[in-house]
Amino acid sequence: MASVSRSFLLLSIIPTILILCADFACCNTGRKTGDGLDTDFSGFSVPLEHSFEVDDVSRFRMRGALQLRGGRETSVSLSQSQLSEEDRNNLKEVAAVDGLYKIRVPRVSLTDRQTERQMDGYLTAFVRACSLVESHLSDVITLHTDVSGYLIGVSIVTIPGACRGTEVEDEVDLEAFNTTLTIIPPTNAPQPETALFIERMDIEHEKRGKPQEQKSFFAKYWYLILGGAIFLMASSSAQPSAGGAEEQQS
Amino acid sequence: MAKLTSLFVILLSFFCISEAVFEDQVGKFDWRQQYVGKTLFAHFESNTQSSKKMFVATDKNIFASFNSRTGDLLWRHVDKTGPEGTIDILLLHGQDGRLLRSWDTNIGGLNWEVVLDTGSFQAACFVAIQDTVKLVAVLKKAAISLHYLSNGHQKWVENLPDSDAVQYQAVYSGGEEEVYVLGVVPNSHLTIIAYMDFFSFKSCEYLPVLVSSQPHPARSPLSEFFLQLGPDHHVLLQLNADGYTIAPLRDFQPAFLVSFATTGKKTVAAVMTPKNETVSRHRACAINLFSVDSGRRLLDTTVLFPLEPNGGKPHMLYVHAFLKKDDSVGYRVLVQTQDHALTFIQQPGRVVWTREEALADVVTMEMVDLPLTGTQAELEGEFGKKADGLFPMVLKRLSSQVTLLQAWLAHLWKLFYEARKPRSQVKNEVTIETLSRDEFNLQKMMVMVTASGKLFGIDSKSGSILWKHYLENVQPNAAFKLIVQRTTAHFPHPPQCTLLIKDKDTGLATLHVFNPIFGRKSHIALPALPRPILQSLLLPVIDQDYAKVLLLVDDQYKVTAFPSTKNVLQQLQEMASSIFFYLIRSEHGNLSGFRLRKDLSTERIWEVVLPTEVQKIVAVKGKRPNEHVHSQGRVMGDRSVLYKYLNPNLLAVVTESTDAHPERAFVGVFLVDGVTGRIIHEAVQRKARGPVHFVHSENWVVYEYWNTKSRRNEFSVLELFEGTELYNSTVFSSLDRPHLPQVLQQTYIFPSPITTMEATLTEKGITSRHLLVGLPSGAILSLPKMFLDPRRPEVVTEHSREENLIPYAPEMPIRTEWFINYNQTVARVKGIYTAPSGLESTCLVVAYGLDIYQTRVYPSKQFDVLKDDYDYVLISSVLFALFFATMISKRLAQVKLLNRAWR
Repeated sequence: MASVSRSFLLLSIIPTILILCADFACCNTGRKTGDGLDTDFSGFSVPLEHSFEVDDVSRFRMRGALQLRGGRETSVSLSQSQLSEEDRNNLKEVAAVDGLYKIRVPRVSLTDRQTERQMDGYLTAFVRACSLVESHLSDVITLHTDVSGYLIGVSIVTIPGACRGTEVEDEVDLEAFNTTLTIIPPTNAPQPETALFIERMDIEHEKRGKPQEQKSFFAKYWYLILGGAIFLMASSSAQPSAGGAEEQQS
Repeated sequence: MAKLTSLFVILLSFFCISEAVFEDQVGKFDWRQQYVGKTLFAHFESNTQSSKKMFVATDKNIFASFNSRTGDLLWRHVDKTGPEGTIDILLLHGQDGRLLRSWDTNIGGLNWEVVLDTGSFQAACFVAIQDTVKLVAVLKKAAISLHYLSNGHQKWVENLPDSDAVQYQAVYSGGEEEVYVLGVVPNSHLTIIAYMDFFSFKSCEYLPVLVSSQPHPARSPLSEFFLQLGPDHHVLLQLNADGYTIAPLRDFQPAFLVSFATTGKKTVAAVMTPKNETVSRHRACAINLFSVDSGRRLLDTTVLFPLEPNGGKPHMLYVHAFLKKDDSVGYRVLVQTQDHALTFIQQPGRVVWTREEALADVVTMEMVDLPLTGTQAELEGEFGKKADGLFPMVLKRLSSQVTLLQAWLAHLWKLFYEARKPRSQVKNEVTIETLSRDEFNLQKMMVMVTASGKLFGIDSKSGSILWKHYLENVQPNAAFKLIVQRTTAHFPHPPQCTLLIKDKDTGLATLHVFNPIFGRKSHIALPALPRPILQSLLLPVIDQDYAKVLLLVDDQYKVTAFPSTKNVLQQLQEMASSIFFYLIRSEHGNLSGFRLRKDLSTERIWEVVLPTEVQKIVAVKGKRPNEHVHSQGRVMGDRSVLYKYLNPNLLAVVTESTDAHPERAFVGVFLVDGVTGRIIHEAVQRKARGPVHFVHSENWVVYEYWNTKSRRNEFSVLELFEGTELYNSTVFSSLDRPHLPQVLQQTYIFPSPITTMEATLTEKGITSRHLLVGLPSGAILSLPKMFLDPRRPEVVTEHSREENLIPYAPEMPIRTEWFINYNQTVARVKGIYTAPSGLESTCLVVAYGLDIYQTRVYPSKQFDVLKDDYDYVLISSVLFALFFATMISKRLAQVKLLNRAWR
């Protein structure tokens, strides 16, 4: 297990250049997705599909329906059925050969759903089937949207995420998904905080300014001035006699 | 509070101790080379033998003057990039397309500048009146105008007749205020129109020709001209006095290039012909002078131009002819070859200087460690070989020690020999033979790839070019990627670099495999690449010869491995399920991830689509593979540790909105895991526009953009932390990291636009990081990363002071002592390359653009190096004094003890 993850670490150093290709045929454009249960005015549903095959060839089947609610408060909920006996066995088999469990959702827009809500193509993500089995089907699915409300990406992780090779004996554990679903809009990057800084500077300036105003120059250093004056007076009174003495000597 | 701030100022001054160079350090570790680009026009100052100045105008919109004796740059004017600054023609005084400018040839100062009428530029020439040049004639597509040379004012302008049908190509002065305009009607005839000062013209017509001719400003144009009939076939023709018939004077075949030159009253034609074509080792071209009047070859005028084996063919020929004392014609030639090299040759074939102007357009570069010296390599080789018995091993050991002894003695002798010579005469000439790694690996080989397809190997210490290799058949718009497949660490296997050259139109790629130290092409069987290549990735998988495996993915998602030995394929099959790669198609806004299968086919496993109606992907950057991060976390004020999110697979994807309205424009920054396709973070910078420059390293991304609302440049920094606990502290796997990292971000105002940005890189990553920012002024700013820290507190607390965090200030300072290149500005800086050295404190920096500048930076000062002025004598004398003092005092104490015992 550790060796596998270490190899991931190694391979992660994949320096890649971005090469753009002009002609691209998307392989996922074939099927038009279900128009959904468009009953609610503010919400609509899109299918969530999954695929897990021993030979790693994607054959997506329905997993559940995502209830999306656009507008000011975007929210999402998922209604999904239990895994069938056949699916459970299949998933275990895929986990045994370290296959992948993939999910996909169609590309949709959450905001302007009147005008061509569905675009071509899907957003796909994957997780290792073994980690899904070992976490007893507890997964976290995250949907990402962009500024204008288009779905741009989906991700799936399981908690815990590691494959330790523990056997899942209990069939009950693999019946129902325990899914946490979130939808994440983009965060706004901060602007330079000039206002706060100026405010702070002003406060500091005031603090520094006040004590200087309170005490005048003389009030602050009167003892020094007085001492200096006394010293000057003393030295001036002592000087003539000394000078006189010197003059007399010379 | 005031005390606190003053304390902070003191603290700050401790951290930001200036890294500026001292005056005596100038040029000690750094060098700069200035280039001008591919020459389009060249002129020599005067026709005397002693003249030193020559002028060139180049395709980089640069007008410069060289010292023709040494090839040094006297002065240079860098005009605007793009068509605005294009220099259409250079006479002895330079001129731009829309702007007509006159320059002082001594110092390069601008005399005057006038704006010309619109219209496509065709030609220009000087017009002389009574042997003094007073006017400039400018020929446009449909008009001709005359300007005073002294102040640029227009004298007159006249429309040309039949400008739709006739292609006016050349303009010549007739000597006496006459201007001849030469026009060609395709496939029919040639038109010559003469303009007198009083606007009368006569025209004559004769044979349709392609003219290559050279006028002289002070006299009537030559009646002789060259006609090019083929790529290497020229004919010298003469127009007879009646103006209607042409007589062929001489047929030149084969002849690459022809040129006219005039000195005094004599005009000669220089013709370059190939020579010794059969002896492929030392190909050369011969240049001969011919009398224009008769077409006869002038005696003793042959100049041999040696063609370099890996250089380009001659492309342009400029002749500087002058009269010798015995009234014969002498000349020097400036030859420009296809690889943008300028060579200046004197009779009889001595190369005076060569300028490699291809280096004005460096596309990509790498720094490669130099090999060990012969003796070191010998020792290494001894351990590398397989053991073959005890006795031979002993023999080998003894022999290698004898060679070591020999080398040491030779070194001693050399030291002794050089010590007697005055210091100025001792020259450490760097040649390929003497190249060896220094103690701290500070000297490296810079492998530079230029847009013209010429590769250079440059010694990083001196900047001297050690090898060059011109790749022919490289398309002008090709994309290059330089990959170091095997470093110098695997003696006796030579280091190996691979250059992937991709044609942008067809997408077809070719590989050039070479030894980066000597520049020689290696004779490794290259894989056939019949399909366009989408992606290339260097795997950490090593074949039996220690070369890293390069995977090339074609447009059918099939993978080709290079090298593709059986060993490699076997390793690839074993690791296939853990090899992931990504592809980005920015025109579809599509990011997708693939996994390798055992049969080297691929399967698509994830897909993220950014709708192109909203935003377009402008750049994607991963992390540098050779980057080391020393500390896993940051110790905070309360002694807890904030762990960094160090995902080596993380990609930073920067997008720009398609909506360019200043209120709605935005810049998007996506952090995507390259293995799972998971969007780790998605930030949107509102009211922002590109060009976005960014650096992605360690656990941070720094990007710079233009704020459309406040109209200023801003820097933003994103840092990712796992939190106070690590999920899995032993290994990082993208597949097993379920929790999203904490993202901190802060933004600052930067008071200058920037052109490029890079981060420093050191051997072990202990040294603090600096950002190297290339400014349009040509300065390179070394900005401490400490100033770009999203944890800079707005309100100073005990904890933040403990952590040495600088209080937040919205404006980023630019201090002049942070400019690492003091007054050595790098014009049009395009890229900055950083490489670690053997010293942890030192990072090697190369900035390239029009110029190349190499230096070293010490982001945390030279903590592992003794200073230059370190007082060895004082320290050792103090040490010895102490030693003797203890000895003496010990002796004295013993005596005293003995005396006391006796008492």
